Amino acid sequence: MGHGPAVDWGKDNASPKKEKLGIILFIVYLLVYIGFIFIGVIKSELMKTQVAFGLNLAVFYGFGLIFFAVILGVIYNKICTKYEDTMNKEEIEK
Amino acid sequence: MIYTASPLAIFIFILFVALVLGVSFFFARKTKSAAGYYAAGGTIHWGVNGIAFAGDYLSAASFLGICGMIATVGYDGFLYSIGYLAGWVVALFVVAEPMKKLGKFTFTDALDHNMGSRAIQLTAAISTLVVSTFYLIPQMVGAGALVTPLLGLPHWAGVIMVGTIVVIIVATAGMTSTTYVQFLKGGLLIIFSTVLTVIVLMNGFKTKPQENYHNFKMIHVTQTADNQLILDKGAYKYSDETFEGNEYKIISKQDYHGMVFYKVEKDGIQNWWLLNERGGVKFLDETLSVVKKEDGAVLYNGETKEKEKFYPVGHFEKIVMDGKEVESTGSLTPFKFLATVQSSTVITYKIVKLQDGKDSVTLYYLKPVSGENIMAPGVKFKLGEKSKPIDKLNFISLMLALFLGTASLPHILIRYYTVPSPRDARKSTIIAILAIGFFYILTLFMGLGAMGSGVLDVQSDNMAAPLLAKFYGIGIFSIISAIAFATVLGTVAGLIVAAAGAVAHDFIHKFLKIQSTDEKKVFHGKMAAIVVGAIAIILGILFQGMNVSFLVGWAFSVAASANLPAIVMKLFWKKTTGTGIAISIVVGMVSALAIILLSPSMYLQYGKDPLTAPFGIDNPAIISIPLAFLALIIVSLKTQKKAKA
Repeated sequence: MGHGPAVDWGKDNASPKKEKLGIILFIVYLLVYIGFIFIGVIKSELMKTQVAFGLNLAVFYGFGLIFFAVILGVIYNKICTKYEDTMNKEEIEK
Repeated sequence: MIYTASPLAIFIFILFVALVLGVSFFFARKTKSAAGYYAAGGTIHWGVNGIAFAGDYLSAASFLGICGMIATVGYDGFLYSIGYLAGWVVALFVVAEPMKKLGKFTFTDALDHNMGSRAIQLTAAISTLVVSTFYLIPQMVGAGALVTPLLGLPHWAGVIMVGTIVVIIVATAGMTSTTYVQFLKGGLLIIFSTVLTVIVLMNGFKTKPQENYHNFKMIHVTQTADNQLILDKGAYKYSDETFEGNEYKIISKQDYHGMVFYKVEKDGIQNWWLLNERGGVKFLDETLSVVKKEDGAVLYNGETKEKEKFYPVGHFEKIVMDGKEVESTGSLTPFKFLATVQSSTVITYKIVKLQDGKDSVTLYYLKPVSGENIMAPGVKFKLGEKSKPIDKLNFISLMLALFLGTASLPHILIRYYTVPSPRDARKSTIIAILAIGFFYILTLFMGLGAMGSGVLDVQSDNMAAPLLAKFYGIGIFSIISAIAFATVLGTVAGLIVAAAGAVAHDFIHKFLKIQSTDEKKVFHGKMAAIVVGAIAIILGILFQGMNVSFLVGWAFSVAASANLPAIVMKLFWKKTTGTGIAISIVVGMVSALAIILLSPSMYLQYGKDPLTAPFGIDNPAIISIPLAFLALIIVSLKTQKKAKA
């Protein structure tokens, strides 16, 4: 017998929707990430192409992947909070 | 390299360690229960937890390893930054929400939820231990690398110091105190890295990075018909002076994969030079050498260590800004900084090991690389038309391990349970992504800054960022090094808590079914912490000199192979059985470990020729993760009946 959860976070009706949203956003990010690896493996010379501000595709794509993760994270948080607010009304602290 | 400690550095260092220990002891007094020890009792504020997440994650590998790798191979080091951050996407979007529903202390608890399988309890506890240990090695190596320039102590002293301090922290405290330690150092690391980046941008680049930077010598040579060299005029890189080539005498030469190195003597001191050709003219260029004599004596550039002839490297062959070649750039905007590196030519160094009679010779020769290549993947990980399929596989495998590794690290997920609500947990992950993403962008600037500042120690690239700070003043160097050291302390503490949890909670309590009081459980955890700490100290000493980020790549591979298939299938595939999970953990862990132990990089570590390694790849993820998934699916399908019965 274990000693139960460390924290009792209560029931969450929004959980299935949040899970689904998580998977969708993950797939979106995965495709962009695979794109980066794909260029590296298939046509790495493309990474050296100048894009803007004297910088190449590698720098833009790399920074892009970092920013994109942050942006998706913020979007995910916003939508999840909305789900929780509408679906767990009775459980929100007054 | 030769390092001497400064009193200011020692003072700041002691102040930091005392602060970390103080915070740790303060919160330790509040930790009484097992829940408090392992998961901080769910009382931490989400903002604190978010930065603590970042603190956990921005380990020695991120600060020391990534900056070091960028400083030596450019963009390929930045791949680690990209991959580490991308890993958060998997942790946040795929694993965190469903895992949280199960609301357990450790991986094992989550995997074993509704299963009650002893096989899971055992294998998951072992995998947590193995992954934590693997992740501990680079932290310890980082600690050893840090104390050398900071306190003038040898590598092993740093490793033992970290091990001891952390065991004291963990054995007295637990999750609450490690959270506050992580918060403190995570926050400080980001603040001071920003300060260092601003200083780097304000100073820009110079062709001669420092006033007392080594003035590289070259000798014009004529090759006779019978392949003998005649040494003509000698010249310096940074002055117009010349010298007579015939002051030097060629002693011997050695061929190495198409390159020819000459052992040359002047005034009784022997050095190694590399034959190069530029614009149809042949030159001998000096290299840095470390010669281990038969009697055990070690010579640095032909002289004893105390003579301090072993100079730091890192400069531009030429700096091109806005299409014009310049001596100095002045202050640069972030984009201009990157664009300038891209259009300039950087000097990198390559390592060659030779046998000269009974002497072992390690040579570091300088090699110009165009900024265009430095700022794109391909210098370390061979890509492009000339690369072999195995090289490409290695690159894919690394990117896969980094992507999937984060969610599989036991000490990262454990922090998810330390806040009061799921909303807080998610908010702290967003804070973490923001902080970590920002920091990883800084790594590119710090790494490239170190690359052109003449501060690199060819024997270990792990110190690039702290040495860059040292170039700008002993004050910022001491602060950054002390933070990095605290980083190691915090990460090691977090890992040891996770490992101790695996032993005390999963193994002793659940697997062996030894019922004990809360107090006894905490005692078991502390004992386990001491044992794991001792193992980490030994491994930290053995792996001296390897890039810490590269080592973390391995930890990610093992974590992703052992844990990820199990956790993902458990969460998303209803047919998953207990036996399937246990076998998947074993297959993932063993195959990843086997490939690593037989990889070219480990062969180099054993002192063997890496070309003779049975596996051509260094990163196992591409093979071991699918194997673990396959094992889980096959075994689960085969054990369906039993599961239903």
